[in-house]
Amino acid sequence: MQFCIFILILPLLSFLILGLCGSKMPHKLAGTIGTVSLSVVTILAYTVAVIYFGGGRGDEGTFPTLIPYDYTWLPFAGTLSIDMGILLDPISVMMLIVISTVSLMVHIYSLGYMKGERGFQRYYAFLSLFTFSMLGLVVATNIFQMYLFWELVGVSSYLLIGFYYTSPKAIAASKKAFIVTRFADLFFLIGILIYGYYTKTFSFSVNETMLMAASSMLPLSLGLMFVGGAGKSAMFPLHIWLPDAMEGPTPVSALIHAATMVVAGVYLVARLFPLFIGYAPDVLHIIAYVGAFTALYAAVVACVQTDIKRVLAFSTISQIAFMMVALGVCTSSNPHDGGLGYMASMFHLFTHAMFKGLLFLGAGAIIHAVHSNEKSNMGGLRKYMPITHITFLIACLAIAGIPPFSGFFSKDEILAACYNFSTTMGVFMSIIAAITAFYMFRLYNLIFWGKSHYEEELAAYNAREREEKPHKPHEAPFVMTLPLIILAVISSIAGFIPFGEFISSNGESYSIHLQPAVAIASITLAVASIAIATIMYRKGDSKITIYINTHLKGFIKAAYNRFYIDELWLFITKKIIFNGISRPIAWFDRNVIDGSLDKIASMTQKLSNHVRPMQSGNIQSYNIWFLSGALLLILILIYLA
Amino acid sequence: MEETTNIIIFGILSLLMVAAAVAAVISSKIMRAATYLLFVLFGTAGIYFSLFYTFLGAAQITVYAGGIVVLFVFAILLIGKGSVDITHTSKLRYLAGLATSAAGLSLTIYLIRSTSFVTGKFSSAGVSMEKLGNTIMGTDKYNFVLTFEVLSILLLACMVGAILIARKK
Amino acid sequence: MTIPSEYYLILSAILFFIGIFGFFTRRNLISLLISTELMFNAVDINFAVFNAYSHTDYLEGYIFTLFGIGIAAAETAVAIAIIINVYRNMHTIHIKKLRELKH
Repeated sequence: MQFCIFILILPLLSFLILGLCGSKMPHKLAGTIGTVSLSVVTILAYTVAVIYFGGGRGDEGTFPTLIPYDYTWLPFAGTLSIDMGILLDPISVMMLIVISTVSLMVHIYSLGYMKGERGFQRYYAFLSLFTFSMLGLVVATNIFQMYLFWELVGVSSYLLIGFYYTSPKAIAASKKAFIVTRFADLFFLIGILIYGYYTKTFSFSVNETMLMAASSMLPLSLGLMFVGGAGKSAMFPLHIWLPDAMEGPTPVSALIHAATMVVAGVYLVARLFPLFIGYAPDVLHIIAYVGAFTALYAAVVACVQTDIKRVLAFSTISQIAFMMVALGVCTSSNPHDGGLGYMASMFHLFTHAMFKGLLFLGAGAIIHAVHSNEKSNMGGLRKYMPITHITFLIACLAIAGIPPFSGFFSKDEILAACYNFSTTMGVFMSIIAAITAFYMFRLYNLIFWGKSHYEEELAAYNAREREEKPHKPHEAPFVMTLPLIILAVISSIAGFIPFGEFISSNGESYSIHLQPAVAIASITLAVASIAIATIMYRKGDSKITIYINTHLKGFIKAAYNRFYIDELWLFITKKIIFNGISRPIAWFDRNVIDGSLDKIASMTQKLSNHVRPMQSGNIQSYNIWFLSGALLLILILIYLA
Repeated sequence: MEETTNIIIFGILSLLMVAAAVAAVISSKIMRAATYLLFVLFGTAGIYFSLFYTFLGAAQITVYAGGIVVLFVFAILLIGKGSVDITHTSKLRYLAGLATSAAGLSLTIYLIRSTSFVTGKFSSAGVSMEKLGNTIMGTDKYNFVLTFEVLSILLLACMVGAILIARKK
Repeated sequence: MTIPSEYYLILSAILFFIGIFGFFTRRNLISLLISTELMFNAVDINFAVFNAYSHTDYLEGYIFTLFGIGIAAAETAVAIAIIINVYRNMHTIHIKKLRELKH
């Protein structure tokens, strides 16, 4: 398994090459370097997976945890040290697969999507950096290494959101994403430090006695770490950065803000799952409630957004919240008794990465074709973009939870886990799943069915009401449709992967079995939601839509504005924190600290101005001073003697 | 009787030297300053004679008065007009210099007065040339052949240096 | 009764400080050199006097004075060569105007 180091080295190399000499390369070469290095990484990742899972289970019936590399980087006292290494266990191997697959798809897709853009090489350099950091994050052997790569991921996300740095909106969005996630990471760091202080190690595997000694502080530390995870995974109320992050290029949204980076929080909780379940089950349940609320909130908001990428962004928030809920409802580490959620969460992470990546890439193809994010500029696109249409439909069916597409299986496991936890939670999550199906098909219908915006404009042009000829939507080039097709295939069949065989909460084999009652109920709900959405949106605004729009006007407006959470944050930061805390501190800094230093400086300057004439360069006056000093010394010596 | 004569001669000599020295440092014409310096140098030779160091006095007169003052005079004549102006120093500097020098002088005189020197060994026999030659050329303790050789090298270096510096290009 | 050695020492001190005073107040390179010579002389007198009064058996002070005279001659020769060269290049030996080396 020693070759797995190349999984990290190759993207880093590619980043360095593209970053240092990219500006002198032609676009094609830069794209090829990035894509080829990532293809190799993908092959390596799959090889690792085959060898790892093919290697079979150990004596205890679990897959062994391999650490091919472990290097003590910064030793502190005793057992406490910051290490760098590679850790392979079922979830990290699965994440390697997810990241490399989606990343490769995005690399290929971007060859078409970003063609001719300014800064094409920079784009590929950042993609490589991101891939490197994300891979480093998932194979981290200890919490501190994870934190380092966590921040690197944040940086590359910042760079990619702000890729179009000439657009003020993109700059604002990148700053927002960075500040919000960084704010959350502060809690993560505090959590890590508490953890390290009390358990005397940063490692994930802590011996029992140490843990018992630290058990009183573990819930606090794990809770703080979850805040960090919530920031990256856009849990309410730290979700505000994710919708704005859609200002970045669409493939970036697919890679970072749908498939990989935003699930880092889920991965963190899963990584620390043994600690959560053993020492802080209450924190785990809080995570479940936060997740459930986030899921509902994001789903409702997604129903009324008009920007298709924002719909997908809120859908992402909602789906990640599903994973969080699935982890949160676990009550033991036995998959047969309350530990089902862990497997369900990882399964959903896997399938979601595929179909949400597909949705974003599809949305990218659509935006590429109509040059707009707004749904009003779309409509009736199925005739013009058949491949995109079919793949998008598959993804919608997957996310809505229609068998046999992958989303059905993973979501069903989550719902089953929720019902095991409590009926209320189960019903609640089922409703959200139904809303999910509704908003996804609202989106689908608005994009691909209904009146064609292009045809309307063409008619207007023909009737000479419009000056220029409208742009005809066209199907994306092959490099863009290929990833769509691959991801669509994966989304269709991934549900049949015996996922429990590979990953479960205690590592033992667990065969997935559908609970008929849950499955039938969720299918029924999903189908019903799809039907409602189709009736309401297939042919433009139907009567029901108008009725609802008029009677729930206030609610819809509030939902469209995301229930004013952003404004609330702004109010808190600008009005309360800036005025109440920052301003006095700034005043203190400027007038007391700076003031005293300024005084010292100006006094020194004044003194210097008085002393300066002595430095005249005139040897005679130097000599007078010298002699005076010597005489003074002699006088002192005489006096002392 | 003889001592009294000695002291009177010494007093006259010192007065002359001090007066000449003061004149040398305040005279506004540089040629005159050099001349006053010559008087001081002669006075110094007189001091050496009074110590019965006749060879030293002779050397003082030949090297200093005969060599250095001639150099000065040559330099002054070569520079000509540039050597006229001397005393345009500021009043403050003048007073400061005067005050420091006076303070240093008084301190030194105080120190000399408050120290008792060994004086009993003074002999009026002077130094025989044989002893002087042995001391300069000898290699024993308190003999100075090495210093002598070093000094000769130094003088050679100075000669070469002076020629190099002053040579016209 | 010979002349007390303090007399010689006081005379040399006076000469020395006259030289210092001249060094402080004169503005002309040659005048400065003259002042330096005065100081040199005062020191030479001290050497000779101490040798004559305290260390009669050996000739340390004597030889030092002798060598001092030689060194003074050499130093003066070099200094005057420099002064002449300075004058040749800058047409002045007034120290207020000689500022090229200051910076």
